[in-house]
Amino acid sequence: MSEPPLIEVEDLNVSFPGRGGLTRAVRGASFSLGRERLGIVGESGSGKSTTGWALLGLVPRPGIVTARRMSLSGTDLLSLGESDWQSLRGRRMSMVMQDPKYSLNPVLRVGRQIQETYRLHHRSSAAEARRHALAMLEAVRIRDADQVFHLYPHQLSGGMGQRVMIAMMLIAEPDLLIADEPTSALDVTVQNQVLRILDDLVTVRGMGLIFISHNLTIVSSFCDRVLVMYGGRIVEECKADELDRAKHPYTRALIRAAPSLASYQPELSVVVRDPEWLA
Amino acid sequence: MAGGTEMKGLAAGRPAFAVVRRFAAFLGSLLLTFLGLTAVTFGIGRFIPVDPVLAVVGDHATRAVYDKTYLAMGLDRPVPVQYLIYLRKLVSGDFGQSVMTSRPVLSDLMQFFPATFELATIATLIGVIIGVPAGVTAGALKGRWPDHLVRIVGLFGYSMPVFWLGLVGLFVFYGKLGWVSGPGRLDVAYDDIVTSRTGIILVDSLIEGEWAVFRNAIAHLILPAGILGYFSLAYIARMTRSFMIEQLSQEYVVAARVKGRSFWGAVWHHAFPNIMVALITVIGLSYASLLEGAVLTETVFAWPGLGLYITHSLFNADMNAVLGGTLMVGAVFIGVNLLCDLLYKIFDPRLRTQ
Amino acid sequence: MTGSLRQWLASDQPASRRQAVLGNLARGAKAIITNPAALTGLLIVIALLIVALFAPLIAGRISPIAQDLAARLAPPSSAHWFGTDELGRDIYARTVHGARVTLTIVMLVAVFVAPIGLAVGTAAGYLGGWVDALLMRITDIFLAFPRLVLALAFAAALGPGIENAVIAISLTAWPPYARIARAETVTIARSDFIAAVVLQGAASARILFRHIVPLCLSSVIVRLTLDMAGIILTAAGLGFLGLGAQPPTAEWGAMVSSGRDVILDQWWVATIPGLAIFIVSLGFNLLGDGLRDVLDPKNA
Ligand SMILES: Nc1ncnc2c1ncn2[C@@H]1O[C@H](COP(=O)(O)OP(=O)(O)O)[C@@H](O)[C@H]1O
Ligand SMILES: [Mg+2]
Repeated sequence: MSEPPLIEVEDLNVSFPGRGGLTRAVRGASFSLGRERLGIVGESGSGKSTTGWALLGLVPRPGIVTARRMSLSGTDLLSLGESDWQSLRGRRMSMVMQDPKYSLNPVLRVGRQIQETYRLHHRSSAAEARRHALAMLEAVRIRDADQVFHLYPHQLSGGMGQRVMIAMMLIAEPDLLIADEPTSALDVTVQNQVLRILDDLVTVRGMGLIFISHNLTIVSSFCDRVLVMYGGRIVEECKADELDRAKHPYTRALIRAAPSLASYQPELSVVVRDPEWLA
Repeated sequence: MAGGTEMKGLAAGRPAFAVVRRFAAFLGSLLLTFLGLTAVTFGIGRFIPVDPVLAVVGDHATRAVYDKTYLAMGLDRPVPVQYLIYLRKLVSGDFGQSVMTSRPVLSDLMQFFPATFELATIATLIGVIIGVPAGVTAGALKGRWPDHLVRIVGLFGYSMPVFWLGLVGLFVFYGKLGWVSGPGRLDVAYDDIVTSRTGIILVDSLIEGEWAVFRNAIAHLILPAGILGYFSLAYIARMTRSFMIEQLSQEYVVAARVKGRSFWGAVWHHAFPNIMVALITVIGLSYASLLEGAVLTETVFAWPGLGLYITHSLFNADMNAVLGGTLMVGAVFIGVNLLCDLLYKIFDPRLRTQ
Repeated sequence: MTGSLRQWLASDQPASRRQAVLGNLARGAKAIITNPAALTGLLIVIALLIVALFAPLIAGRISPIAQDLAARLAPPSSAHWFGTDELGRDIYARTVHGARVTLTIVMLVAVFVAPIGLAVGTAAGYLGGWVDALLMRITDIFLAFPRLVLALAFAAALGPGIENAVIAISLTAWPPYARIARAETVTIARSDFIAAVVLQGAASARILFRHIVPLCLSSVIVRLTLDMAGIILTAAGLGFLGLGAQPPTAEWGAMVSSGRDVILDQWWVATIPGLAIFIVSLGFNLLGDGLRDVLDPKNA
């Protein structure tokens, strides 16, 4: 068991200086992750995305990131130079963002955007990159890959767009994928389809996955382990199938507030907050 | 079956139809704007000088001559008819006679236009080559010193009278430092060496391989073009900066970084293609407004272009020439404007295919 | 006392319309004053106003038109701070008095342009239909014109002089105001409170003048501030070409023009009035930029 975990984070803090003082987006988060699926849940603004950006070294200016330890398969991320980051992003870890409408470049053809990731990390001819991109499009179950290759993002539906996004972010075969609310912008009808594609790719390629969502139901059914964030802190960490034994009152409140088909609730409860949780 | 193919045909026909319709709309607005332009120049020429006949025959003409001219000019006809006559003349290339040069205004304009074209083109090149990278850099480094620098350079450009900057430039670079040549397009010694084919001296001298003429032309051109170029740069850099800031806040830029692009790679390979179409419009507008700035610059530098022609005609109360020149500058202005609009619609994939 | 006033102004729950308006003004003023660039602009504009108002005092009672042919083209000295021009007139006095001409032109243009723009824009926006289409088409046509050249043609046809320069500039400057006023009118006319006024049976003209025009006014005024530098430069350009104020009036553009022929030997004749134009339009630009930052922080 000498292989180091995929991700190790200890005491991660991210804050944004602003007019009204410091916004502490992430406070003292510690977690680790192997080749497994880790879900991060929490309400909007709880610091989920910021945690993801910190792992990628892309916290926007003027954010300040500190941590006692942050590593990817033993590579110390804290001491990385800019060019090291660049060869690592896309190749060893990657991220699928929320809405393909905004995260695909509107004036570049889909094929070119997928190829680009490949060519950034592999010396290859144009033809080879194109072959890889087409294969990747097929891997995300796009049928007319040849045609889609030449389309512009605005010509794609939301579900198609998100599959293209997945193809673009996975073509260089990263070890870790961070999926930040990958289905929140999609129609409910295609959400499952996209989730299944993501699921298969992660399983087949043996990647680690950090799945960020505000939807407890999706996370608990999709992930092995769940982190619950509240106000920048990780307040709960447990196995997905043991969520019902969660201890933290916020998690318990979330579970009560989530609608469930299995057990009919006449009325969903509202989360009542306790200032103590932030202490 | 038949219904199916029909549907397909319709669907395939639609984009082409949209292009045709867009083009028709383009022609329509072009035509309308030109009508408006001519209506204004007609109005100025017809109504504002108290007596257009006197402007032609002079103060000392006899009554008979006056009356004859009055009728010959069609001034007894209703105004709309006069406008139509005016339009018909314009369409046939008749801009009237210039009092100053006693030649048809149109041939005057053709003779003076190339000098302005040369000046405005070189100035725009300067503006684009410096202004676009400066604007991109400023936008990408918003709030840091390159941004402040570009902002200050731009503000100065927006605040300086072009004729004054021209004079100060002459004083410093010609008078004190002697780095450039003085007013005019060529030193007298180089006049009439190359025959005028295009009217653009840089091109004509290259065709004949007259390097000395070419160098002299550059020495004369560099200062006025540089000064106009500065104004173009100020405008282009400012617009580029704000387009860039808008694009850099978009998520696809972050996505490019996630893929492994460097910051500047994301700026130039991802954000920049998104502002290119809008930049075409800005560059076109800046080009058109340089034609206008040329009126003052040419006066300062005795540059024999449209601007100088218009101002000279002005002092000689040569209304036909003034209005002809205005019409010409206006036509180019409108043409460039609308062309940019069209290019925009052709090149933006979001507008092209929907 | 001042503390409670400050609180009253800064309240985010104003109790009256006046408190809301004054509060907004106070916030805007604070934003301008704390922004060094905008503050510089404001100071320059205030300086222009003071110089124009008290020109005879500031010029030290030296006449801007008194000629002294013996002292022609004298360089700057203690007797003539900015030197003298080709007729021996004191350039300092002329520059100071020139502020009056510039201010006059700018204010007159504002007085012409705002009503034309407002009238065309509100009429188009409120009446809609073919009136709107026609008026906006005309506006677009004027907007498509090269401004300086058109002003030149107007000024040439009308004859030289300050009044005609003002008319020429106004004739070419109104279209953006019509656009703005129309856009505002369309939004306002759709709003519920106008519907309420209509229900109360108010006449169209009354609605237009009592309710819509006042609301458009503020954006028109902001745009005017932003335009001032451009107006000053156009006016100076006309003056430079001899189409503005006529001799012996001291006008900056014309003064630059009179120094043209001697620029290589007596640089001060053209340089100093040009500097005045530059500084004043820079002032308006800085102030305008600051105003825009305050009103539209997104584009800052
Ligand atoms: N660029 C930024 N500048 C300032 N504050 C930010 C920025 N990005 C995020 N924040 C703050 O960090 C906190 C966490 O945000 P985020 O990580 O996006 O939450 P989540 O993804 O859980 O909705 C929020 O309070 C947000 O206001
Ligand atoms: Mg988020």
